[in-house]
Amino acid sequence: MARVLLFGRLADLAGWRDRMVEASSLTALRDLLATDDAELGEALAGPGVQVAVDKAIVRGEAFLAAGAEVAFLPPMSGG
Amino acid sequence: MITLTDQAFEPGEILTAFCAGRDETGAVASFTGLARAEKGAALILELEAYPGFTDAAIAAFAQQAKARFDLQDYRIVHRTGRIAPGEAIVFVATAAGHRRAAFEACDFLMDYLKSRAPFWKKEHGPDGERWIEPTAQDTTDAQRWD
Repeated sequence: MARVLLFGRLADLAGWRDRMVEASSLTALRDLLATDDAELGEALAGPGVQVAVDKAIVRGEAFLAAGAEVAFLPPMSGG
Repeated sequence: MITLTDQAFEPGEILTAFCAGRDETGAVASFTGLARAEKGAALILELEAYPGFTDAAIAAFAQQAKARFDLQDYRIVHRTGRIAPGEAIVFVATAAGHRRAAFEACDFLMDYLKSRAPFWKKEHGPDGERWIEPTAQDTTDAQRWD
């Protein structure tokens, strides 16, 4: 199981911000989330959305160990 | 040191504590950012951070500032959560041997915090809520240092 965190407008769009999902790779996770909510799936793949696995930014595919934390980060606004 | 807090804070107290016990510093510069009411358009500002990620990103940038300006020390406090107009959002203090480095490092850190730091900002106004992106001016300010 991976813990999925959504931030900013992504959480508003999805209606949740913290959820456990059974997935062993980022691609599998994206597919599951998009199957559940197509609009969210599209937003997660949208421009400027970065992904962090265990608080480190990753680009492209990543394998998810049990208990991995995956965060989807829309463009950052600064404080 | 970096603190993210969802509680209101008193900038003067933090500055006093930061200045205490320094006999080789010479210069401390500080900046406090307050939430603006925007003439009633902004009732509440809401700032979201990713604990453990946001503070680590700020710390990595602050270490760059420390090396670039030969700082002795720095202190950053940033609010998260719901912030009312007039409340402090951000406090930055820098300590250096001489004033120029302290001023410039404080400016440098603020330009980063305002434009590139990992926060997500929402304004709650009388007509509803909206997510805010960095302004063109924030981006231009940050690019001065590139």
